[in-house]
Amino acid sequence: MANDPIKQFEINTIVPLENVAGLDLSFTNSSLFMVATVATASAFLYFGSANRGLVPGRLQSMAEMSYEFVASMLRDAAGSQGMRFFPFVFSLFMFVLFANLFGMFPYFFTVTSHIIVTFALAMLVIGTVIIYGFMKHGLKFLGLFVPEGVPGVLVPLVVAIEVISFLSRPISLSVRLFANMLAGHITLKVFAGFVVSLGALGAVGIGGAILPLIMVVAMTALEFLVSFLQAYVFAVLTCMYLNDALHPSH
Amino acid sequence: MAADKPTRTPAGDQQDGRVVSNPNADLEQRRRALEEALAQRAPSGDAADDGRQEGAGTGIAAALKLSSEFVAGILVGAGLGYLLDQVAGTSPWGLIVFLLLGFAAGVLNVLRAAGMVAHPAAGKRGERLGDGPGSQQGDD
Repeated sequence: MANDPIKQFEINTIVPLENVAGLDLSFTNSSLFMVATVATASAFLYFGSANRGLVPGRLQSMAEMSYEFVASMLRDAAGSQGMRFFPFVFSLFMFVLFANLFGMFPYFFTVTSHIIVTFALAMLVIGTVIIYGFMKHGLKFLGLFVPEGVPGVLVPLVVAIEVISFLSRPISLSVRLFANMLAGHITLKVFAGFVVSLGALGAVGIGGAILPLIMVVAMTALEFLVSFLQAYVFAVLTCMYLNDALHPSH
Repeated sequence: MAADKPTRTPAGDQQDGRVVSNPNADLEQRRRALEEALAQRAPSGDAADDGRQEGAGTGIAAALKLSSEFVAGILVGAGLGYLLDQVAGTSPWGLIVFLLLGFAAGVLNVLRAAGMVAHPAAGKRGERLGDGPGSQQGDD
């Protein structure tokens, strides 16, 4: 079934390492593309910053732009104190961006279309927020859950709601990235499948296949936009959550 | 202004309107004042910017964003309730209560994601928020 829209998300074992201390540590196509993502992002930044020209070349200019972009995002959301998290946010942004863009190559695997990957990234963010928040502010960090100006009777209810809202952050953060990538790739595949199956129907079919073909071309452009936008949204929300850890403000 | 005032009718209309449709005009004016006041109170911070950015991309992005926020709240509420039931043996009350709390948290998430309620820690960047609900004292 070349048209199966789900087949592109299958995980295949490349190097089987099925029982290392009771864990399945097989090297899969997902791992391969994660390695490729990290290698490409590192290479991009390494070669981008290798020349150190006063007048930047194209690659250096792009590397500088991505630095400036993330740095200003973080400074806006979390203040200059937030810059201590810059390496973390920048790595996350570059990883998600390159993973999303890698997925746009035909026959490539999209790492971020698996919720376990995005959930691990989101847990990393929330874990950092919780650990750093308690380290820096101690129990005052819990003041994050008590909004000001709430009548005393309602405080337990509001605190319960705020705690659930806080705990739901990693889920919504991961589900958003995963669902966007999954839905985008499935839609692309389905419309591309229409082109093939209509084209097989003869002259009328070829005429009818033009519409989904236009759609696929337009949606490919849209998917590139979504790839960037989701990396941006992931990084922005990371900055906002880190701001909570830096300034619980209650 | 003074030159074309006699030739134009609005002044006259307004005088008529004040007599005939005074309640409507008054209502309109009050509604406008309320809208302005609400616009001032609404958080103009990152949540709103974020929403606009995504909305520019595609409606699907906005739909996924809001629905994921809502579903996440409910899932976490139900999960907590279920765990509580398993530990304390209070089935099904923990699930019921926490599912409802999760529903409330989901609605809160959606309102925050849509930029209608201020983010809890937004008070630190309070100068942009005016006297919004999350506004805080400036120290700490």
